[in-house]
Amino acid sequence: MITIQLPTALRTFTDGQADLQFEALTVEAALCQLTEQFADLQRHLFDDNGKLRSFVNVYLNDEDVRSFDGVNTSLKDGDVLMLIPAIAGGRETPRT
Amino acid sequence: MNSSTILDAVGNTPLIPIRYHGNGAKIFAKAEFMNPSGSVKDRAAKAMLLRGIQNGKLTNNNAILDATSGNTGIALAMFGAVLGYRVVLCLPSNANRERKRVLRAYGAEIIPTSPLESSDGALLKAKQIAAENPDKYFYTDQYNNEENWKSHYNGTALEIWEQTEHKITHFVAGMGTSGTFIGTARRLKELNPSIKTVPMQPASPLHGLEGMRHQASVIPSGFYDTSLLDGQLDIQTEDARRTTLEFAKENGLFVGISSGANILAAMKLAETLPKDDLVVTILCDSGFRYLSDEMWD
Repeated sequence: MITIQLPTALRTFTDGQADLQFEALTVEAALCQLTEQFADLQRHLFDDNGKLRSFVNVYLNDEDVRSFDGVNTSLKDGDVLMLIPAIAGGRETPRT
Repeated sequence: MNSSTILDAVGNTPLIPIRYHGNGAKIFAKAEFMNPSGSVKDRAAKAMLLRGIQNGKLTNNNAILDATSGNTGIALAMFGAVLGYRVVLCLPSNANRERKRVLRAYGAEIIPTSPLESSDGALLKAKQIAAENPDKYFYTDQYNNEENWKSHYNGTALEIWEQTEHKITHFVAGMGTSGTFIGTARRLKELNPSIKTVPMQPASPLHGLEGMRHQASVIPSGFYDTSLLDGQLDIQTEDARRTTLEFAKENGLFVGISSGANILAAMKLAETLPKDDLVVTILCDSGFRYLSDEMWD
């Protein structure tokens, strides 16, 4: 089981839920399950070609998944994914 | 001996004619990135601090406190350094590294807030700190401080009015606190009620237009006034980024992404208007504040 933490900006599309649990082996699979369950999120997270929008950063346990294998990064039980708008740039982890 | 400070350099920015591919109205942009700390926020920051000094709320015994996504913080930090005040800022931790580095360079103290909660998280944190420590801080409260919008009512709007020789027909700008938009729009409409004032808004609550806020999904500022909104222009972050890159090549202006969004909104509007109309928008800050972003590569 992994957890996806959503920014407040997107919680109107998940009935106010901030943390959502899924069974997924990769970041991509987790995001797919998220948008399958909450279809309105699709257009906010992905562009018309189905690509994750460039300003949406996905952090895996506080590290940008781009520093691993991007959306193909493997997940293990207990992992936490955070969806954070890159307020224009930088790749610092959200903790800094 | 001249006793002026850098605060005297705030405002009176150039109004620059903009080239674009279209046959509609003329577009001019107010070069707010030429303010001393590098953004439009210098106007509100200066006004809020001077009022605080004037009414005795900002003293040598307290520190300046506010919530910011970056630019207001940089302005407060710069002016705090000039005037000799300590500056404490609540900043979402996903604000970009340029902003954090500049803030630290001016000696400001940063209190990081949850990136999940964006600008609202910073706002609530600053409010809480101010409430718990009323003697320790002068809370500028840019989201509710009347000096914010008044700095544009008394400055930006009048400058635009004079610089366009009273010919402005439309004003377009994005909204963060909404101070720039509300103050400028209110005065322009008083000067000429036929002027249309149109807000630019991020197309999604989740966006990458730094400093801009999707008003429908955030805590509104105390002075937000929907009666001043003549419609609305929604801009996608990707389109704003593309415009920002083209704008540097075609107009020689290296500006930030929110400025690119304003320019795109102005172009969309101008294309629907006759040639004699004159659209004015705001260049909020410089592209140098976003250099760590990969969009420039």
